[in-house]
Amino acid sequence: MSAAHSHDEIKKHVRIYIVIFFALLIGTGVTVWLNSVHFDSTVLTIAIALLVACIKAFLVAGFFMHLISEKKAIYMMLAVTVFFFAGMMYLTVWSREQLPKGGEYIPTKYVPHPSPIGAY
Amino acid sequence: MGATTHAGHHHEVHSDSHHHELGFWQKYIFSTDHKVIGIQYGVMSLLFMLFGFSLMMLMRWSIAYPDTPLPVLGKALQHVFGPDALPNGAMGPDLYNAFGAMHGTIMVFLAIVPLAFAAFGNYVVPLQIGAPDMAFPRVNMASFQCFFLGGVVMFASFFIPGGAAKSGWTSYSPLATLAERGIMFNGQTFWLIGMVLLITSSLLGAVNFIATIIQLRAPGMTWMRLPFFCWAQFITAFILLLAFPPLEAAGVMQLMDNLFGTSFFLPSGLMMGGTTPVPVSGGGSPLLWQHLFWFLAHPEVYVLILPAMGIISEIISNNTRKPLWGYKSLVYSVFAVGFISFIVWAHHMYLTGMGTKISTFFQTTTMIISIPSVIILTCLFISLWGGSIRFNTQMLFALAFLPMFGIGGLTGLPLGFNFSDLHLHDTYYVIAHFHYVVAPGTIFGLFAGIYHWYPKITGRFMNEFWGKVHFWLSLIFMNAVFQPMFLQGMHGMIRRMYNGGATYAAAANQVGLPPEIIDLNRWVSHGAWFLGLAQIPFIINFFWSIRGGKKVTNDNPWDATTLEWDTPTPPPHGNFDKPVAIYRGPYEYSVPGHATDFTMQSMPDKAAKH
Amino acid sequence: MEIPYNHEARPDTGLYNAKVGIWLFLASEVMLFGALFSAYILLRVGADPGTWPHGLLNIPIGTFNTAVLITSSVTVVLGWAALQMGNFAAYRKYQAVTILCALGFLGIKSFEYKDKFGHYEVWLKEPVTVKHGQKEVKTDRLLGHIDYNGTHPYFWKTETLAAKKVESFKFAPDPYHYTMSAKEMAHAKRDSAGIEHAEIEIKSSQVKRLSAFVPAHSTFFAIYFTLTALHGLHVLGGALVIAYIWGPGAKLWKTNPVQYTNRVEISGLFWHFVDLVWIFLFPVIYLL
Repeated sequence: MSAAHSHDEIKKHVRIYIVIFFALLIGTGVTVWLNSVHFDSTVLTIAIALLVACIKAFLVAGFFMHLISEKKAIYMMLAVTVFFFAGMMYLTVWSREQLPKGGEYIPTKYVPHPSPIGAY
Repeated sequence: MGATTHAGHHHEVHSDSHHHELGFWQKYIFSTDHKVIGIQYGVMSLLFMLFGFSLMMLMRWSIAYPDTPLPVLGKALQHVFGPDALPNGAMGPDLYNAFGAMHGTIMVFLAIVPLAFAAFGNYVVPLQIGAPDMAFPRVNMASFQCFFLGGVVMFASFFIPGGAAKSGWTSYSPLATLAERGIMFNGQTFWLIGMVLLITSSLLGAVNFIATIIQLRAPGMTWMRLPFFCWAQFITAFILLLAFPPLEAAGVMQLMDNLFGTSFFLPSGLMMGGTTPVPVSGGGSPLLWQHLFWFLAHPEVYVLILPAMGIISEIISNNTRKPLWGYKSLVYSVFAVGFISFIVWAHHMYLTGMGTKISTFFQTTTMIISIPSVIILTCLFISLWGGSIRFNTQMLFALAFLPMFGIGGLTGLPLGFNFSDLHLHDTYYVIAHFHYVVAPGTIFGLFAGIYHWYPKITGRFMNEFWGKVHFWLSLIFMNAVFQPMFLQGMHGMIRRMYNGGATYAAAANQVGLPPEIIDLNRWVSHGAWFLGLAQIPFIINFFWSIRGGKKVTNDNPWDATTLEWDTPTPPPHGNFDKPVAIYRGPYEYSVPGHATDFTMQSMPDKAAKH
Repeated sequence: MEIPYNHEARPDTGLYNAKVGIWLFLASEVMLFGALFSAYILLRVGADPGTWPHGLLNIPIGTFNTAVLITSSVTVVLGWAALQMGNFAAYRKYQAVTILCALGFLGIKSFEYKDKFGHYEVWLKEPVTVKHGQKEVKTDRLLGHIDYNGTHPYFWKTETLAAKKVESFKFAPDPYHYTMSAKEMAHAKRDSAGIEHAEIEIKSSQVKRLSAFVPAHSTFFAIYFTLTALHGLHVLGGALVIAYIWGPGAKLWKTNPVQYTNRVEISGLFWHFVDLVWIFLFPVIYLL
C-alpha cells in the first residue's frame, strides 16, 4: 500500500516531518516558559496548558500518524472515542460538584447509633 | 515471535492449503482456528456457568434456612473452606458474601460474556461473513489464553487464606480494600488480577471482531446484507473496546490501594471498628471507583444482551420462514443502543448524593435508551406476524425470550427514574429486574443458539424431546425464582443479606418485612433448586448427542439462508471449500417466484428461480 | 489458508487489516489513559486542602525527557519513510536512534523514581523551627532527606521506625514545603541556593507520620506513579517490539518488504501514541 507513493512524495513528507519535529520542540519550550508566567486565574492556566498540548497532539496525530490523510472510517471511530472520553471526564467531575459542601469529608468522632431493634 | 518470520515464509511457499497435519496440541489446545477457539470458549464458559449457578444454589439455602446446617454438603464444604466459614455446617455471612460476589463476577465475566460474545461470535461470525478465519488468528488464541488464565485466577481465589473476594461483584471501595486488610494477596487482589486478565482477553477479542467484520466480508457482502447477528456482535465488540479500559484503570488503582497502600478510593478519616484510624494517606474518593466501575458495567449489560438478541433474530427468521421485519430499524437501533449506553451509567448511583441537575441528565439518557431497545423487541415481535412457525426447541426458547426480556426491560423503568429508584435501589427488585433480562433473557437466547448451531458444529442433532423438557421446566422455574423477588423488593427487602432478612422479621410490627415476604424466600429457593435439576436433561443431552444424536443428512438441516450453512459439516480449516460470493440479503425466506421457501445468500439469481 | 487483505488494502475501506487493528487498539488505550486522567482531575479537585503536593517534580529533567521522546517520534517516522524509499540502511540508523531514545527515557525516569524514593515528608507531633528560604518558620511538616548512621535509606515509613528500632535520626529539611504557593516555593528555592541544608535531629517519638515520596504518600504521588509507570510500561513494550522488528525480525525485509514496511508502520503508530500520552502527561503532572 505504501509502496505506491513516489519517492518525491515521500521526500516531501520527510520535509514536513522535520518541520513538525522542530515545532514540537518549540511547543515544549513554550509550555515550560508559560509555566513560569504565573496567571491569576486557575482556569486560564489550565486552558493555556491544555491548548498547547492539544496543538502538539494534533501535529503528532495528524502528521506523524498520518491521520490527516487517513480514511474516514478511522477518524470517525476516533471521534466517537474522544466523545466518550470527554463524556466520562466531564460527567464524573460534574457529578462531584453537586455533592453537598463539595464533598469534603469532615471527620467527626464516631458515635455508634443505638439500634431500634436491638443489637445484632 | 520467531514463528512470525517462519509463518511469513510459509505464506510464500504454501499459498493455499496446509500440507502437514497439525499435532494434537496445535490442533486442539494451541489452535488459531476460530472454530476451535469458539468451542474452547464455549465449553469453559458453560462449565463456569454451572459453577456460578451452584454457588447460587448454596446461597439460596442460607437465604431460605438461615443458620441451618447445609444438608449433605455442609461437612464437605467445611473441609474445603474451613470450619470457621461454615459454623456448624451452616453458611456463615462471610462465606455467603464471597459466594455472592463470585456468583456475580463468574456469571457476568466468565460465563455469559465469553459464551455469548466469544464462543458464538468466534464460531459463527467468520462463517456468516464468508471469511476463512478471523483477521488475527494468533491474537485470537492469545485472547483465549488470557481468558483461561483469568478463570484459573478467579477459581483459585476460593482456596486462598481469607477466601474469595467478598465485597460484591461491584467491589466498592473502601470495603473492597479493607475487608481482608491483613492479607496482601487476598481474594480481592486475586479478583483484580483476574479481572485485568479477563479485560485484556476481551479487548483483544474486540479488536479482532471489529477488524474481521470490517475487512473480511466476502465479495457482495455489503453492510446492509450482514445477518443481524453480525451487527449485534459488531456493536458489542465496540462497546467492549471502549468501555472496558476505564475498569482496567480502576482495577489497577484498586490493586495499588490493596498492595501499595495508596488511597485512590479511600477518603480521609477512615476508621476501622470505629476507633482505629486506617494508616493511609486518605484524600481519595470512593465515588471515583463507582464512576469508573459503572462506566464499564453499564455498557457491559448491553454486551450481555445484544449477542442474544442477534441469536434470537436468526432463529426467529429461520423458524417463521419469513424475513425479519424492520432490518434497517434493527440496525439503526443497535447503533443507538451501543452509543447511548456510554452516557447512562450514573443511574446506578442515584443514591450517592449527586445533585438534581446531573441526576436528571442521567435519568433522561436512561429513558432515551429504552427507545431503541423497545424498537428491537418490537421488530422481533412483528417478525412473528404471518409466519409459518416451526416449534422446535430453539424456537421455543426464542419465543419465550421475547416476553421475558419484555418483563425485564419494563421493570427497569422504575429503576431508571431517580425518584422511584430511591425506594427500590439495592433491593430484591433490582435483582429480579436484571436477572429477568439475563436469565430468562440472554441465557434462553444462548440455549436457543446451542440447539440451533449444534448440528453444524457436531453433525448431529440434540434430542428434541429432552430439549423441550429442558425448555418448559426452565421457563416455569425461572419465573418461580424471580417473580416473587419483585414483591420482596417493593416491600423493601434489601440485597446481600445472608439470612434472607430474618433480622427484619423480628421487628415486623415496627420497621421490618412482613413474614409473608420473608416466607417467599423458601419458595424462591425451592424454585432455584428445581431450576438446577431442570438443567440436567440439557447437560446429558449436550454430551450424549455428540456421539449418539441423530445424524444430519445435509449441510443445512434447518433450511437456513445464512452462509454458515453453506459449508461442509463441520466446516474444515479455511471454512469454505469454494470461493464465496454473495448475491442477496440474509433473510430471503418465502420469496415469491423462488423455487424453495429459502434462498441462501450465496445463491446467484439465475439458480434461485429454478 | 490466506487471510485476505493482510498486506494489500481492501478496496472499499482502503486499509489493510493490521492498520484497522492498531487504530482500534489505540482507541481503547485512549480510554485507558483517559480514565486515569479523569481520576487525576477528580482526585486533585477533591483533595483535602494542603495535601496536594506541587513543585516537587524536576521540570528540567521532565522537559529533557519530553524532548527525548519527541526525537524518538520523528526518527520512527523518518525510518518508515526511508523504508518506503527502499533505503534499509537509513531505516536501520533511524530506528537505532529511536530505541536509544526509548532506553534513555526509561533510564531518566528510573533516576527520577529513585530520587523520589529517598526523599521524605515527616509529620511531627510538635512544630519545630526551620528556614524556608530566608525566613524562619515554625512548622510540623518537613520535607527532606534522612541521614541514619551515614546512610540515606529508601522506602522508610512510620512503621519502619519501630521495626528497625530507630531511636532518632538526622534529617536535612528542604527550605520549602508544598503548602506554600508556587511563587513562594520558587523564591524559597532561589533564596536558599548554594546554602548548606542544616541537619536537625528528630526523635522517633516526635514523629506522627513518616513517608517517602512513594505512592502511599498522597493521592498526588499515587496517581503520578500509576500514570508514569503505566506509560513507562508502554514505552518499554513499544521499544521491545520496535527492537525485535529492527533486529531478529529484519530477515523479513528480504522475503516480504511490503509486510516488513507495514510492521514498521504499525509499531510506529503505537510509538506515536505513547508520545502523545506523554505530551499530555508532562504539562498536567509536572507543570499544572
